[in-house]
Amino acid sequence: MNRRHRSAGRVDRARVLRFVFDGVSYEGYPGDTLASALLANGIHHVSTSVNHGRPRGILTAGSEEPTALVRVSAPYVEPMRTATTVELVDGLVAEPLAGRGRLTGPDRARYDAVWAHCDVLVVGGGPAGLSAAVEAVREGARVILVDERPEPGGSALDLGTAFETRDLIADDLAVLRSSAAATVLSRTTALGLYDDGLVTAIQRLTDHLPAGAGGTRQRLWRVRAGRIQLATGWHERPLAFAGNDVPGVMLASAAVSYLHRYGVLVGRRAVVLTTNDTGHAAAATLGAAGMEIATVVDTRDAYPVIEVFGGTRVRGVAVGERRYDADAVLVAGGFSPVLQLYAQAGGRLRFDGARGAMVPDGHRGPVQYVSPLPPPSHVPALQGGYVDLQRDVTVADVARARDAGLRSVEHVKRYTTAGTAHDQGKTSGFLTALAAGTGLELTTSRPPYVPVLFAALAGRDRGALFDPVRQTAAHDAHVALGAVFENVGQWRRARYYPRDGESMDEAVRRECRSARSSVAVMDASTLGKIELVGPDAGEFLDRLYTNVISTLAVGAIRYGVMCGVDGMVFDDGTVARLADDRFLVTTTTGNAARVLDWMEEWLQTEWPDLRVWCTSVTERWSTIAVVGPHARTLLPATTHSLPFMRWQDAVVAGLPARVCRISFSGELAYEVSVAWSSGAALWDAFVGAGATPYGTETMHVLRAEKGYPIIGQDTDGTVTPHDLGLGWAVSTRKAHFLGKRSLARPDTSRPDRKHLVGVLPDDPSLRLPEGSHLVADGVPVGHVTSSYHSAALGRSFALALLTSGRHRHGERLHATLLDGAGLRTTSVTVTSPVLYDPDNTRRDGDAPEAVVSLPDARPAASPFAAFADRFAAVADRTGGGVRIAEVPLGAQLTVRGPAPMPPNTTIVTATHTALWLGPDETLLVSPAGGDLPRPPDDAWSVVDTSAARVAIAVAGPHARRLLAFGCALDLRPDRFGAGGCAQTHVARTQALLWHRADDEYLLVVRPSFGPYLADWLVDASAGLSTAATIDQPYGQFSPDEHTRMKT
Amino acid sequence: MLLIRCPWCGPRNETEFHYGGQAGVTYPADPGALTDEEWGRYLFVRANPKGGWEERWSHAAGCRRWFTVRRDTATNEWSA
Repeated sequence: MNRRHRSAGRVDRARVLRFVFDGVSYEGYPGDTLASALLANGIHHVSTSVNHGRPRGILTAGSEEPTALVRVSAPYVEPMRTATTVELVDGLVAEPLAGRGRLTGPDRARYDAVWAHCDVLVVGGGPAGLSAAVEAVREGARVILVDERPEPGGSALDLGTAFETRDLIADDLAVLRSSAAATVLSRTTALGLYDDGLVTAIQRLTDHLPAGAGGTRQRLWRVRAGRIQLATGWHERPLAFAGNDVPGVMLASAAVSYLHRYGVLVGRRAVVLTTNDTGHAAAATLGAAGMEIATVVDTRDAYPVIEVFGGTRVRGVAVGERRYDADAVLVAGGFSPVLQLYAQAGGRLRFDGARGAMVPDGHRGPVQYVSPLPPPSHVPALQGGYVDLQRDVTVADVARARDAGLRSVEHVKRYTTAGTAHDQGKTSGFLTALAAGTGLELTTSRPPYVPVLFAALAGRDRGALFDPVRQTAAHDAHVALGAVFENVGQWRRARYYPRDGESMDEAVRRECRSARSSVAVMDASTLGKIELVGPDAGEFLDRLYTNVISTLAVGAIRYGVMCGVDGMVFDDGTVARLADDRFLVTTTTGNAARVLDWMEEWLQTEWPDLRVWCTSVTERWSTIAVVGPHARTLLPATTHSLPFMRWQDAVVAGLPARVCRISFSGELAYEVSVAWSSGAALWDAFVGAGATPYGTETMHVLRAEKGYPIIGQDTDGTVTPHDLGLGWAVSTRKAHFLGKRSLARPDTSRPDRKHLVGVLPDDPSLRLPEGSHLVADGVPVGHVTSSYHSAALGRSFALALLTSGRHRHGERLHATLLDGAGLRTTSVTVTSPVLYDPDNTRRDGDAPEAVVSLPDARPAASPFAAFADRFAAVADRTGGGVRIAEVPLGAQLTVRGPAPMPPNTTIVTATHTALWLGPDETLLVSPAGGDLPRPPDDAWSVVDTSAARVAIAVAGPHARRLLAFGCALDLRPDRFGAGGCAQTHVARTQALLWHRADDEYLLVVRPSFGPYLADWLVDASAGLSTAATIDQPYGQFSPDEHTRMKT
Repeated sequence: MLLIRCPWCGPRNETEFHYGGQAGVTYPADPGALTDEEWGRYLFVRANPKGGWEERWSHAAGCRRWFTVRRDTATNEWSA
């Protein structure tokens, strides 16, 4: 049953494609869609409706299709697609969809995303879009044109327009294709329009290629455009009458499009219903092509009652008293300009009575509709049948909503579900508004304009690349020791080190015993570290911390608590005085960036007169905690008499180190810091000398036994220092510190606030779940914040926040818990939070019997050491298009003081490079090797940040294209030329992007992000090497590059 | 996503910035001299207009500078 016209259409009849639909084999041609190929085989019935179970056909020839839903199972799998948008390929297998699609498994195809920038973005590649793009190019603008069809031409191809128009289109295309300033993206649908000219669009790269083409299947474009011109044309609308959903009822413009694009006649004998002149033109065109036109009903003359007969296909039509035999009903019901992106921008619509259409009311900021407005049309009354074919919403359903009192079209939409399907009411919205009688308002348009795969939105941020994993320098050593890791913010920290099949509890018990009876080591490198320099540093810290810091002696260390202005604990840590005008502050792991931001905020916005400058040195130092009564055996004799809360410089395992005597466990303990890149070497030296490695779980148990809170675990933003029992750390002498005024509010001195307490379950083997409620006489009075088994106590214990807790020690309460036995309560006793060594007798440890002589540590290591092979493979795969390699930065200084160069630029000398970080912040690096660079004489603060940053070079002719996958900056050389630098996001990391030479960029990042970024670059480079995309210009390249890529 | 003009680094994506709320809320010179009500107002009460207002941003992923801009909260249009 071949319904092809003998000559019309743009399909390639020289080659036959075979496909299977609903288990039956058919043939079609290259250039077909699944819908056109089905129609060519006489098939209209494609799907079954979602609620009423009625047969449904093909209404349109485009992405606005409401009903022709199919499941594609080969050569790719997609559970819900419209047949009008599936390009036919050999071996395509699809099934009719009844109701909704169902996912069958993970989508293993490759998806990615790219940033692009232009002056003018044109949406729609029809005659209006092409001429708008050409005009913009001639004005000197950079232009991106997106068009969702396989080839540009739009309505000209639908209407089979005269040769002169086609010549104009060909001329316009020739101009765009030869222009370096223009990029034309076919098979690309604009999805959404956001603030400041951001448009997202999805590009389909491989579905039209033979199976196994590989490469990126879909690419999400994020385009920043100065102006957005919508050449999106119109959608034709159906009419509402009895039987308007029977397969064979189709838009008249779609029938014309199937003839001119695909050479398909959609029926033998048709009844045409029209509200305007275009229906007559369609009848004439189709009649001339061989379709018999039974009658043309023009509603402007008369609109008799229409009823369509037929089950899975139109058999006949009653027009008033007359009945016509027909297998197609072609409806020209008027037009709706495609204004979803305009409406997303906040553009207003108005009803144009003569055109019978909602049209744009002017333009909205940079968003303008540039297609012609549709021709005049009558708007006839609704007779009956369906308004939303996909959601099975009838005219009667909408009337019921109105009768129920719903007066807004938004409410009608939610009551009836009209307009909520995959097509978002593109063809039904106007009918729904008419039926609702609410004064012709359309519902709000939201992205995405067409359905889009979650996998496409996720792009390459999946699996291991979902979020950056920050690793310490000793990460591989922890892996080799069999560590089980946990996520702390983006950091991956070793939680415990099971041996010989130990459970977590067994491992933690062993690690705790080692720390309390001999010596154990933990990687504490993730703690935030900030160096503060300047004559007012002490004064500044006095204002930030609740206690006095300025009196600290050089060489001494003090514990401090920071509150917000609301008086609630914000962070805690230690402060070491390195020199008169120099302090080192440590923060909790998760709060490092927040504390630095907090300091900068106060210095920049409230106290600019204070002469103090802050520099992050978190990844300057790898820090290993050495804990236990025998800790001195691992440290040089020069440190053995170091008093508690003091620091000194020393050489440990041959490495220059800073040794701090700080304890978070109550035991004798040291924190030993060396250059970040030597962290693995120091760790290995300690473990090799017999120290037991321990992880964060053991650290938590040890500190909880001593009643030390963890900010963020035992606190939640409603807890004051006094609530934690840290009143001793709140100065009463200082006139002022942040939070002091709030601590004088009546609420913060209430006696019935929640206090930190210890909790001992009656059952010593029961570990209460964290979060368990504490209940007194049936009233909830608190909750468990930390809970562990303790080797030292020989039983379980917990910390909790308890109303008036400080005054309830010894009281008996109930704790709720939910376990295998269901929800139940258990009895507990309230105690002091300090359960272990309350008199601090353990702090000084044992005198060392024999000091272990640590061998000199091995050399420092790079986070990219394991990537050499993968970097080499990238160069091979891209034919030298991209080369990735580590670049040593050598000695580094971070200098605060007037920057000696314009913003976002660099100064390169033979030995050193200065990179702009901020108006008073400069990074000096030494890629050529050698000593620390000499800071400028007028510097206010100089901090050695050697090892705190590492660099990867991305070089080669396609380097910029690779970066555009993960960098939102406009990287064209006239915007970001060689010699420039910018701190920005690359992939999901913060990076300092340094454009060192024409074809070479350096990504300067913290070493903890290095492995993630290297993984990402290797993965992203695969997006460059597919045949489908290598010739795709990006609209952000110089003319010669553009030419090189096109040839 | 907003495109925010950092006075030092130029237009950058919103994700590079931290929001600082209403501009011009000055930390009191002597918090101890304020009544509880006055202190509470400083801590918790902010304007919430529909239309133009001045707000603070920090270019957190870039130069880390704080700056003030004027934005229309209804349309997200920037003005100098």
